[in-house]
Amino acid sequence: MGSRHVIDPITRIEGHLRIEIEVENGSVKDAWSSGTLWRGFEVFLKGRDPRDAWIITQRVCGVCTEVHALASVKCVENAVGITIPDNARIIRNLVHGAQYIHDHPVHFYHLHALDWVDVVSALKADPKATSELANKINPNSPDSGPGDFRIVQDKLKKFVEAGQLGPFTNGYWGHPAYKLLPEANLMAVAHYLKALRLQSRIAQLHAIFGGKNPHIQTYAVGGVTCVGDMNADRISEFKYIVQEARDFINNVYIPDVIAVAPFYLDWAGIGGGLKNYLSYGMFPGKGGTEPDNLWFPRGIIMDRDLTKVHPVDEASITEDVTHSWFKYGGGSPLNPSEGETDPWYTGVETATDGKYSWLKTPRYDGHPMEVGPLARMLVNFVSGHKETVENVSFLLKTLGVGPEVLFSTLGRTAARAIETKIVVEKIDSWLDELLANIKKGDLDTFTDFKMPDKARGFGMTEAPRGALGHWVEIEGGKIKNYQLVVPSTWNGSPRDGKGQRSAFEESLIGTPVSDPEKPLEVLRTIHSFDPCIACAVHVIDKDRDETYTVRAV
Amino acid sequence: MCKTFGQATGLGPDTDRLSILNSLDRREFMGFCLKVAAVLGLSASYAPKIAEAIEAGARKPSVIWLHLAECTGDSEAFIRSTYPSTEELILNVLSVDYHETIMAAAGHQAESALEQAMKDNRGKYIAVCEGAIPTGTPPGPAGKPGAFLTIGGRTGIDIAREVCENAFAVMCVGTCSCFGGVQAQRPNPTGAMGVEDAIGVPTLKIPGCPHNVVNSVAAIVNFLLLGSLPKTDKLGRPLFAFGKRIHDHCPRRAHFDAGQFVEKFGDEGAKNNWCLYKVGCKGPQTYHNCSLVEYNDGTSWPIKAGHGCIGCSEPRFWDNMQPFYERLPNVILPGVEAGADKVGFALVGAAAAGVAAHAAWSFANRKKFDPTLALKDADEAPAKAPSKTAGEDDTTE
Repeated sequence: MGSRHVIDPITRIEGHLRIEIEVENGSVKDAWSSGTLWRGFEVFLKGRDPRDAWIITQRVCGVCTEVHALASVKCVENAVGITIPDNARIIRNLVHGAQYIHDHPVHFYHLHALDWVDVVSALKADPKATSELANKINPNSPDSGPGDFRIVQDKLKKFVEAGQLGPFTNGYWGHPAYKLLPEANLMAVAHYLKALRLQSRIAQLHAIFGGKNPHIQTYAVGGVTCVGDMNADRISEFKYIVQEARDFINNVYIPDVIAVAPFYLDWAGIGGGLKNYLSYGMFPGKGGTEPDNLWFPRGIIMDRDLTKVHPVDEASITEDVTHSWFKYGGGSPLNPSEGETDPWYTGVETATDGKYSWLKTPRYDGHPMEVGPLARMLVNFVSGHKETVENVSFLLKTLGVGPEVLFSTLGRTAARAIETKIVVEKIDSWLDELLANIKKGDLDTFTDFKMPDKARGFGMTEAPRGALGHWVEIEGGKIKNYQLVVPSTWNGSPRDGKGQRSAFEESLIGTPVSDPEKPLEVLRTIHSFDPCIACAVHVIDKDRDETYTVRAV
Repeated sequence: MCKTFGQATGLGPDTDRLSILNSLDRREFMGFCLKVAAVLGLSASYAPKIAEAIEAGARKPSVIWLHLAECTGDSEAFIRSTYPSTEELILNVLSVDYHETIMAAAGHQAESALEQAMKDNRGKYIAVCEGAIPTGTPPGPAGKPGAFLTIGGRTGIDIAREVCENAFAVMCVGTCSCFGGVQAQRPNPTGAMGVEDAIGVPTLKIPGCPHNVVNSVAAIVNFLLLGSLPKTDKLGRPLFAFGKRIHDHCPRRAHFDAGQFVEKFGDEGAKNNWCLYKVGCKGPQTYHNCSLVEYNDGTSWPIKAGHGCIGCSEPRFWDNMQPFYERLPNVILPGVEAGADKVGFALVGAAAAGVAAHAAWSFANRKKFDPTLALKDADEAPAKAPSKTAGEDDTTE
């Protein structure tokens, strides 16, 4: 029996997450992942106007803002049985794409980088050598003269000398798991600050068509409302900011990943975890139906078999509550007037043997699945998605490694970077589609409809963190039942009734821990998933069975 | 008499100048000061005074930022700041000593950073709250009040109480921490409440879903500038941001007065940016400065994007403003045939009465907002916000 250690709160994530690990002989032998906040979305969605669901469910998460809005409008449109106008499809692609080019860099620089970058070590760097390093990695590196890095270092010095370290207080500075040279650390700190400025600029993309960010306000069941913004001014504004983002992604983000990876190549063999990957696909093209018209395909990879992509069958998704703080009465059918949720809290202190999380445990045909950028890149790659094949091959070749390294903590982080590049390179073509419609006088943005008395529907898309599905049942024109199966529930849930671990827990097994009191290595792997726990914690139940099958209509 | 920040913190005027100066260039800095003046409703001539006050500022104020029952949308909103840039704001203007989304430390190290910040700055730090406080008791053997949220094994309400009671001031960002927000809508399964209601400590409230960073920054600057919190309405919302109705400052107001409405999204009215009242806009019942400052560095705001206001700065808007796509009752609606003069007169009268009633509450009723008083002696504490029912009547006229 090894020693038990609790990390609570896990910081630099969205939401409230507790990780407990058992360490034996310097590595993780077992792990338990707990979501420690419950808000009850499905409970208060009941009885409300289905048109309002997207506004409510968007508040599930303010980091992955927009994604629940998108899944929700798709879900209700599916129930109502309407097709949205082409302009609405394009604008939704633009807004959804903008989410990726904002969220992924913020994750890399502000939520994940401090796992790899020792901020204090940057004080020892030589700015001139840092400049040489930056220009060696990428001759087009912006703001990379010796003077630029000296300014950053001076800022950092003043900050440290003032004795108020703010968010850097109590970091794991000097930890033996940090491998970068001082110059690489200084370059990374400079880019941390650059990204911090740039992200507020990129977020303006959401505001252009969506009114504001976070929490856009331009979707509606039936299309989008921003017809007044379909003009040359707004489109050129969008294009210009995308250009700034593209410059940053191509000249800073991607080169940083390529520069840092060789120092941490051991992490290409750590943190792999599960062997099954699921992606719902996203970004519908003109005409046709999903999933056939999706630019990012829908599919499943089982047992890391990179020769085959399996189709997704919604009926195979179940949720288990053996280790979740819920109980089901078993047998008796559920009366909606009783409320459909049955929380049963057994305490966070005695986590590991019984129930230990507010997350339920989704399974596909009984199998645990990993979702997120790595799952998408793998499904895309094996499906022959042109841009993915090109970019993944380029990265592997540059680093001189084979595809097996992708099944790892480092692979997850690299997949996110590749995906960001693929999406940012695509956005201009959507703007061109929109312009072509405007030129021919097509300003149609909304399909009118009548809310049916009874209907069921589902909406699937991909959030930055992975496969996202919403399901609705409408009765009397109101929401009778509403369910969400979200990415971090797949990844961060507790074990199932058969004792199978989900992705966070499985990926931690074997992770080296040099000092359990300073669990930097654990943070690396957990952060590589970009956890979003507010999204993950929710309730699904209908029949009070031990498992609930999500039924597609 | 309000203490200045320097006095309150025991750091005299001779302490470190705000390092904002060290890294903002002068033009950018003056741009920031102008923007602050505009948000605070002051003329541009105040900008140099604001600059002077900031330049003479003290050591960076310590901020402890709590994440409660929330979606992190208000942290995201906060880092969308452009004047000053987020970098300046979170690294140089403020000392953000605890903030789970950005801090390097986790687990024990995070907990000890919180303890240290509270110990070093007791009574001097600013507590910023994001998210509601669940007060309900989950069923089950370990059920206890507030256990729907735990951090480091402690309930959210325990942590909030300790942090807020020892703060110099408590600022709530976002409607969840102000009034309970999305999770407090009926049937409120976790007993979620705003921070002030849950723990009884008065708070300055910057609602919105999420809040607009120009308003939280303006409140902070007001604090740095004058050493006090800004004047508020009786709900604790600063009047500079929540003293005016959306409807009264809406660029589409003329279309309302002229009886020109969007009847369905995407119709000719929508293409011409007509009034959204009939497709559910809640602007006539909502106090917020969105139309004046907009979001994301003035890029847009919901009505500009063709969508009605959902009333997100108002208490219990999730219950009171739904359905979002149905028109508000009890708004005097001009007909197309009505003469513009007649319509204008009726509306101006109603609006003026409403605004007067709203403003009358202001600071006078709430007394000086001085959390230090409230903390020292509950009996001498300023009057708590009057009952919520009265509040809603006031804002809904």
